Amino acid sequence: MAESQYSFSLTTFSPSGKLVQIEYALNAVAAGATSLGISATDGVVIATEKKLPSTLVDETTVQKIMTITPSIGVVYSGMGPDFRVLVRRARKTAQTYFQTYKEHIPVAQLVRETAAVMQEFTQTGGVRPFGVSLMMAGYDDNGPQLYQIDPSGSYFAWKASAIGKNMTNAKAFLEKRYSEEVGIEDAVHTALLTLKEGFEGQLSGSNIEVGVIGPDRTFKVLSEAEVNDYLQEVE
Amino acid sequence: MSIFSYNGAAIVAMAGKECVAIGSDLRFGVQLQTITCDTPKVFKVHDKLYLGLSGLQTDAQTLYQKLMFRHNMYKLREERDMKPSTFSNMLSNALYERRFGPYFAAPVVAGLEPDGTPFLSGMDTIGAVETAKDFMITGTSPDSLYGMCESMWRPDMEPDELFETVAQCLMSGSDRDALAGWGAVIHVITKDKVISRTLKTRMD
Repeated sequence: MAESQYSFSLTTFSPSGKLVQIEYALNAVAAGATSLGISATDGVVIATEKKLPSTLVDETTVQKIMTITPSIGVVYSGMGPDFRVLVRRARKTAQTYFQTYKEHIPVAQLVRETAAVMQEFTQTGGVRPFGVSLMMAGYDDNGPQLYQIDPSGSYFAWKASAIGKNMTNAKAFLEKRYSEEVGIEDAVHTALLTLKEGFEGQLSGSNIEVGVIGPDRTFKVLSEAEVNDYLQEVE
Repeated sequence: MSIFSYNGAAIVAMAGKECVAIGSDLRFGVQLQTITCDTPKVFKVHDKLYLGLSGLQTDAQTLYQKLMFRHNMYKLREERDMKPSTFSNMLSNALYERRFGPYFAAPVVAGLEPDGTPFLSGMDTIGAVETAKDFMITGTSPDSLYGMCESMWRPDMEPDELFETVAQCLMSGSDRDALAGWGAVIHVITKDKVISRTLKTRMD
């Protein structure tokens, strides 16, 4: 197709006004494992499928949800190594902010800076865009917040959303289930049910990862046992 | 000749009951010559935050301008004013960035935190911070100023008492200082308003 003639160089617009590399990056995200986030009245939950290539992989060493600051966590869909680079940058941004102001970085500020990094890689020579979409969850003076950041560098705040393989079905499910008054415990249940919808096989603490931040403003990745407890409540 | 006593200044800040006051002298001089007596050394950052800068006046002015730049950028990004404690930390960081070619200015930060508690801090020229609950001073006759504040400060003063105390400390403290004085300006910051008063002192 004519579009592909313009897909060799990142910094060239196609005739229809698209930057094809970003479209392809979004394809990489859509091929990745499903991740979702739900913002509740008193906290935020993010969760992802942890589908591993083989049963021989030691799943305790695979970490898909990472902490950026004690009150901000992030999950991704897409390419793992690209995610780790962004986490490293985001952590550094947050620490630099803390060193200057002795105050923890507000969620919106961190999202902005990370998005700016991702945008840089769509307008610089010799690099390619990041093949991940991020779901950033945090709790600061403006309350609980959930943001999605795309490879293009655009970001959106969500009440609830999903990214990755099963995102259309997951988002439809969330639209039906979400309510503004939902509390954090119910949000975790809803998140698990949403993951269950598109999951092949049986959900358990070892093939999903869940991160929660509540009014204590401390982001925590739930342990396998805690996830299993929630799963039992959901059954 | 020390670079810190090239221009001359006297700055006093004190905390009262849910209010702070900060004042400075008005002399601008070059060594022994007095050029003007309408140069305050206290600047407003926002309604609840004032900054006093003593030392070499050119550095004090430049530092103030750079800090306002940073505060304005912060306000645009974060859509809020900076808390006094945050400003103090940022100022300390900004001063240390120039560790081996410093700004010859010693700041005093005075303001009210968002919950109404008074905030006072002072720094040396390379950003070593000290916060205080009672008073903070800087200038060319620190011993006089410390002596006055130490004997006159009491806890929980109301805004009017606080003004009187700061005024007396500033005036008496800079009386024996040849390089500071020639009038004074004092700002009293409370949660609803700021009252600024200019004083006529011994014009010598």
